[in-house]
Amino acid sequence: MEKRYVKDRLRRSMMFVPGNNPGMIADARIYGADSIMFDLEDSVALTEKDAARFLVHNALKTLHFGKKEIVVRINDLSGGLGVRDLEAIVPAGVHVVRLPKTDSAQDVIDCEREIARIEEKHGIPVGATGMMAAIESANGVLNAKEIAHASGRLIGIALGAEDYVTDLKTTRSDGIELLFARSMILNAARSAGIAALDTVYSDVNNEEGFLAEVELIRKLGFDGKSVINPRQIQPLHRAFIPKEKDLQKAYAVMDAIAEANARGSGVASLNGKMIDRPVVLRAQRLIALAEADKMTEEA
Amino acid sequence: MDEQLLQNIPHIDEIAHHGVFSGVPAKHTGTFQDRAQRQNKLLPSLEDAVRATGLRDGMTISFHHHFRGGDHVVNRVVDTLARMGFKNLTLAASSLAAVHAPLIEHIKNGVITHIETSGLRGELAEQISRGLMDCPVVFRSHGGRAAAIRSGELHIDVAFLGAPSCDPYGNANGYSREEGGTLACGSMGYARTDAKYASKVVILTNKLVSYPNAPWAIPEYDVDYIVVEEDIGDPKGIMSGATRYTKNPKELLIAQTAANVIDAAGYLYNGFSMQMGSGGASLATARFIRQMMLDKSIRCRFALGGITGQITAMHEEGLIDRVLDVQSFDLDAAHSLKHNRFHHQIGATYYASFLSAAAVDQLDFVVLSALEIDTDFNVNVLTGSDGVIRGAIGGHPDTAAGASLSVVVAPLTRGRIPCVIGRVNTVVTPGDVVDVVVTDQGVAVNPKRPEVAGKLRAAGIRVYTIQELKDKAEALVGVPDPIRYKDRIVGVVMYRNNTVIDVIRQIDED
Amino acid sequence: MKLKHTAMAGTLESSDIMVTIEPKDTGGIALDLTSSVMQQFGRQIEAVIRDTLSGLGVENAAVIAVDKGALDCTVRARVSAAALRAAGQEEFNWEVRR
Repeated sequence: MEKRYVKDRLRRSMMFVPGNNPGMIADARIYGADSIMFDLEDSVALTEKDAARFLVHNALKTLHFGKKEIVVRINDLSGGLGVRDLEAIVPAGVHVVRLPKTDSAQDVIDCEREIARIEEKHGIPVGATGMMAAIESANGVLNAKEIAHASGRLIGIALGAEDYVTDLKTTRSDGIELLFARSMILNAARSAGIAALDTVYSDVNNEEGFLAEVELIRKLGFDGKSVINPRQIQPLHRAFIPKEKDLQKAYAVMDAIAEANARGSGVASLNGKMIDRPVVLRAQRLIALAEADKMTEEA
Repeated sequence: MDEQLLQNIPHIDEIAHHGVFSGVPAKHTGTFQDRAQRQNKLLPSLEDAVRATGLRDGMTISFHHHFRGGDHVVNRVVDTLARMGFKNLTLAASSLAAVHAPLIEHIKNGVITHIETSGLRGELAEQISRGLMDCPVVFRSHGGRAAAIRSGELHIDVAFLGAPSCDPYGNANGYSREEGGTLACGSMGYARTDAKYASKVVILTNKLVSYPNAPWAIPEYDVDYIVVEEDIGDPKGIMSGATRYTKNPKELLIAQTAANVIDAAGYLYNGFSMQMGSGGASLATARFIRQMMLDKSIRCRFALGGITGQITAMHEEGLIDRVLDVQSFDLDAAHSLKHNRFHHQIGATYYASFLSAAAVDQLDFVVLSALEIDTDFNVNVLTGSDGVIRGAIGGHPDTAAGASLSVVVAPLTRGRIPCVIGRVNTVVTPGDVVDVVVTDQGVAVNPKRPEVAGKLRAAGIRVYTIQELKDKAEALVGVPDPIRYKDRIVGVVMYRNNTVIDVIRQIDED
Repeated sequence: MKLKHTAMAGTLESSDIMVTIEPKDTGGIALDLTSSVMQQFGRQIEAVIRDTLSGLGVENAAVIAVDKGALDCTVRARVSAAALRAAGQEEFNWEVRR
């Protein structure tokens, strides 16, 4: 079956684009974001949901987005809006559906069932459409592991911090308020072998604060972050580009492995130290990240 | 000494002289301050000055555009000339703005029958595009105008030059170093050419200062008459506080790419020279250039052109050694001109005339805006996508021709209008002097510069053909129907050497 | 599609188009189009509006469209949204991407 999504790919930046703004939709592709997320949820007024659906549907069908991952954030399924959104965007060819306000594995399962129904109706192979789940509540955070394992379509789980901190009876500050949620989501994602994506940083004029947060989530192990302004994309990507000396070390590790293999030896060493498996995995990942960055220049 | 002795001087016929010394006129003995009150070039009114110049019907009058949208001089003078009954005048301004719409009435009344300018905007431009004038408007670049004035192709009979400071003998400037002195418009570079070559020069000033008004943009020997006018312009329209860097993400993306291109092409070295336009993306390029300079620990030898606060800030932080300022774009730039000794005021000839070795010829790179670029790299900065005049040539062709690397920046599309097209509506800068086009959706290099393309590729910058950029634009917005024009020519566009490079026709709205 | 009342979709922002559709019993599609890019794209915008309405089965209507440089896909989306609103219809038969 041909899937519309690639499970394992570069997702440093997922750019939010309001679904009822034609100008921003048309320009979305030029900023180099790894993923573009058209939003039908919070950025669209209740009275404009229908119009946004038409706009995003037509944009998905006619505009060219190169090799970018195209995500659409739907409304939650409880009020009926979410299903209408799916009816419009699944046939239009969305790569990944982003489910908001995911509190439990059941939310994912319910959404997947609707997607499968719509795929079948249109003769699209069932399973072609990917999913991701945004966790935005204490319940969701505590259920993160079950959510992450709830569907084979999931490419990742994301933290939605604004609703979450409200649920916790706190506010956004230096990041300490999100420490538990970020750790839970990251570990849940890794346990399921999918991506972990961080929340937005909404003060677009505070580049220093943004970079500090990027550094924090990069160190924690996140794949990337949602961005609300294109200006945040380049600084974000720069932070994720491997440092040259780390990259050189990674190439040296891989050279040593290749050389050991050529010798027919199972044991490789570098500078007199044996190279164990985690070192190889980290080196591979670093090289993949650097190569992927070079590849993102639009084809 | 007598006549006899004079004749006895060997080779006297070959020595230029004016005969025998015959005494001196009565020496003045009053104080110089007293003299400045009585023996000066001040006249009580503009009408008196006009009469004194000997202006006649059919002559050419000139103005500068350093007051931009705040200018009150052009309208005030032409109103006066109309009242005095003048007809059939040629108005040769360094540029005109939307504020000059009242000229429409004077064109209809036959006071002004011909216009020369760098640009036109607003209602005046609209009406000229719709056939207001019988004789086509002549558009020249700043360098082209300076050359035409010097060569006599554009002879100015009377220049009316607004000056924010002037002394009783005519030393005039765009600012004043007097205590509490005004900043006003900063550089008066374009006015210098008019003052030097016009038959008669009238300064209109709102600030008469004591002799000597040093430094001056215009020296007293180039000035004939001075009129003090309370209102020569609206300070708010002349200059805004500081030109701000754009926050538009698309313009920032273009600017970042332009800076990367300049660096990759090898023109960002210690001691380089540059010019930036004042438009969103071209100005924002300075911000990225600045960061690269800090990262590389290099300095710029000089920055040229219309100068903004971004450039003077870099000067003040030691990144730019010299600033050559033909026109100050904001108060920060004017402030720097007044206070920084290596921020120099230059005239239009020095800036860009092809008849001299001009400063533009020493540029490493220039970053320029465009309304349209075509697949031959020709650039239009004069007429909008609807064919109506709404821009100015400025120094576009001068700097593009002079700089080792000319970088033209533009969005690939503006709304639904493609900016990279098959043929520009008006050729202002010929493609032969345009080296790189930078859009938000890709970079194209003129095939005449294969080495630049190679360097960009080596630096990991994807290089498209200009045709590919055009195709990308069309894939997005579709193919526009062509603008309809009538046969009648309403504008003549001169290249910087004052050869006719294109014409502008009346738009057809029938 | 049966139109019941006058409805509108879209905005006057750059790259958008505001479409107002009023039901009529006869007379076909009476289109009043103004555009910031009339000379270059007026013909194409009109064609897209008429084609979209025809695809929706709208035969008689007075349509006022104020365009600010919208792409064809936006024109189509706004006309469709306005028509569905005018018909008081929420369900739509979405077509799959070819």
